[in-house]
Amino acid sequence: MTATPIIEVRDLRLGWSRDAVLLESAAFDVREGEIFGILGRSASGKTTLLRVLIGLEEPLAGSIYIRGIGPPRVGAGRPPYGVMFQSGALFGSMTVGQNVALPLQRYTRLSGAAIEAMVRAKLRLVGLEEAMHQLPATLSGGMLKRAAIARAMSLEPALLFLDEPASGLDPVTAAEIDRLIATLARGLGLTVVMVTHELGTVNGIVDRCVLLDRPTKSIIAQGVPAELRASTVPSVGQFFRREPAAT
Amino acid sequence: MPPEPQVTRRPGALAFSGPLRMSDAEGLWSAMQEKAAESKERKLDFDLAGVPVVDGAVMALLVELRAELAAQGVEANFINASPLVQPLVHLYRGDAPPTAIRLPGRPSMLEVLGDAVSHLFEQLRRNSGFLGELLGSLGGVLWRPAAGNFQAVPSLAARAGADGVPIVLLLNLLLGFVMGYQSAQALQTYGANVYVAQLVGISVTRELAPLMTAIIMSGRSGASYTAELGTMGVSQEIDALRVMGFDPMQFLVLPRIIALVLVAPALTLLGDVVGVFGGAIVGVMSLDVSMQSYAGQLKATVLTSDVITGLVKSAAFAVCIALIGCQQGFSTTGAAAGVGRSTTNTVVICLFTIVVVDTLFTIVFRMLHV
Repeated sequence: MTATPIIEVRDLRLGWSRDAVLLESAAFDVREGEIFGILGRSASGKTTLLRVLIGLEEPLAGSIYIRGIGPPRVGAGRPPYGVMFQSGALFGSMTVGQNVALPLQRYTRLSGAAIEAMVRAKLRLVGLEEAMHQLPATLSGGMLKRAAIARAMSLEPALLFLDEPASGLDPVTAAEIDRLIATLARGLGLTVVMVTHELGTVNGIVDRCVLLDRPTKSIIAQGVPAELRASTVPSVGQFFRREPAAT
Repeated sequence: MPPEPQVTRRPGALAFSGPLRMSDAEGLWSAMQEKAAESKERKLDFDLAGVPVVDGAVMALLVELRAELAAQGVEANFINASPLVQPLVHLYRGDAPPTAIRLPGRPSMLEVLGDAVSHLFEQLRRNSGFLGELLGSLGGVLWRPAAGNFQAVPSLAARAGADGVPIVLLLNLLLGFVMGYQSAQALQTYGANVYVAQLVGISVTRELAPLMTAIIMSGRSGASYTAELGTMGVSQEIDALRVMGFDPMQFLVLPRIIALVLVAPALTLLGDVVGVFGGAIVGVMSLDVSMQSYAGQLKATVLTSDVITGLVKSAAFAVCIALIGCQQGFSTTGAAAGVGRSTTNTVVICLFTIVVVDTLFTIVFRMLHV
């Protein structure tokens, strides 16, 4: 693993207005080839941070650079990254295969047969080849997440954003998704940025992470999960030890 | 038979006795409120010594009454609870300081007016943003047609058009029929039976068929666009399109507008035919007008411009319906309830807009003598 930052976030302020701020002075780097976790309790701004990183929302202040270019902007042609949304966000009127094929049809001049072969390969990679002609509504939660990962990877991005990939899944399926993400990331040399609050995922596959804190509206810790678990900062330890907040 | 729950007032306390269960909650709630209101003391504890058991529902009411009393400056504590009852008191925070009850104040007229104006401006801002984005996307497609999602148009047109044919035919037929019948008596009085063709022909082609077809399209296509796009928005599918570099206006909205604009005049034309036929049925059955006379009168009095104005109107209605349906779909928030709310809004706004646009067209056509 190299130490080159692929994403640089500096002095970021997130929220809806000056009076409704979610996160202030956020700064961190994501290094090439690592699985980076954005952690925090509910409503701490994890998903908003992800949406800002992928250009779906604008920050109130601060800067984001992805491979030295910033800020990210959607709708500006072929995206330099893949995104998996929490709900999967597969298009309900299309089959799984058509969902995965869509970016390929849009951005490549490949023939239909070539696209189908690539789609089949992608679905095989995530263990979902047999669901190619199924509609998303017929898939289980775990299969939806796999299909969404396959679509996010269809254009071979080097950077993958995942929003709560293991949430709402049973422990075994969640572990399978974690293993799939780790396998893909290590095998293909992907950089993965994922929002999660699943400790199993954090402990299992995350290389480094930031922990967002709702009360202080800041990043209260960042580093390797093992270090953060041993943190003496009460709210950090509390999160990693799964302890309830004092009422 | 278990003893009846009772509330009695004694100095500085309300004494409860008997099992306090949800089945008796209604009577208990009125009784405890009444007894509490009778007391003028600044301290009114809840004495649970005579209570062998209490369930969560009644405990919730007791805690609520305690908070209400606290808001009036009356201190109330739970006392003498048995070891069986005390855990529930603790669970419902009856042993903690009461939670302050903040009753929402009634907004003043000025606040209501301010909210309404602010809401209106917000709506205007969103609508103009939507239109601006759409025009930008339209420009993009005109500049680079390959960017358009034209392959979606046939299936959308089939859904909006072919599937809507039966209901459009039936309703326009009935409308022509009703128009004929309503005018039959007056025409008979003046011996002008054959003019039923002119009356039905002009009113159906210029007004009724475009209007009725647009109303049907509002309920079918407009509402369906909102529900579809609203659900896509709620389930992050539109976000997914954006991050994949697709322009949702080009990908979702423009094909829907094109499909409806193509389909609406065709449906209206069908409506014209069956509406006129409905009038013919009345002419033949009730007014002793032969089919030949009806057709002759129709040919002599209904001009091509009557049909064309109806078709132009229907295309304009289609643009309005598609725009409103898509705009409402894009502005949907808040899961299933939000989708339902937006769908209702679409139908209401569409009907209103159709009537307004129809009025404007009538004025303009009148001024242009068409």
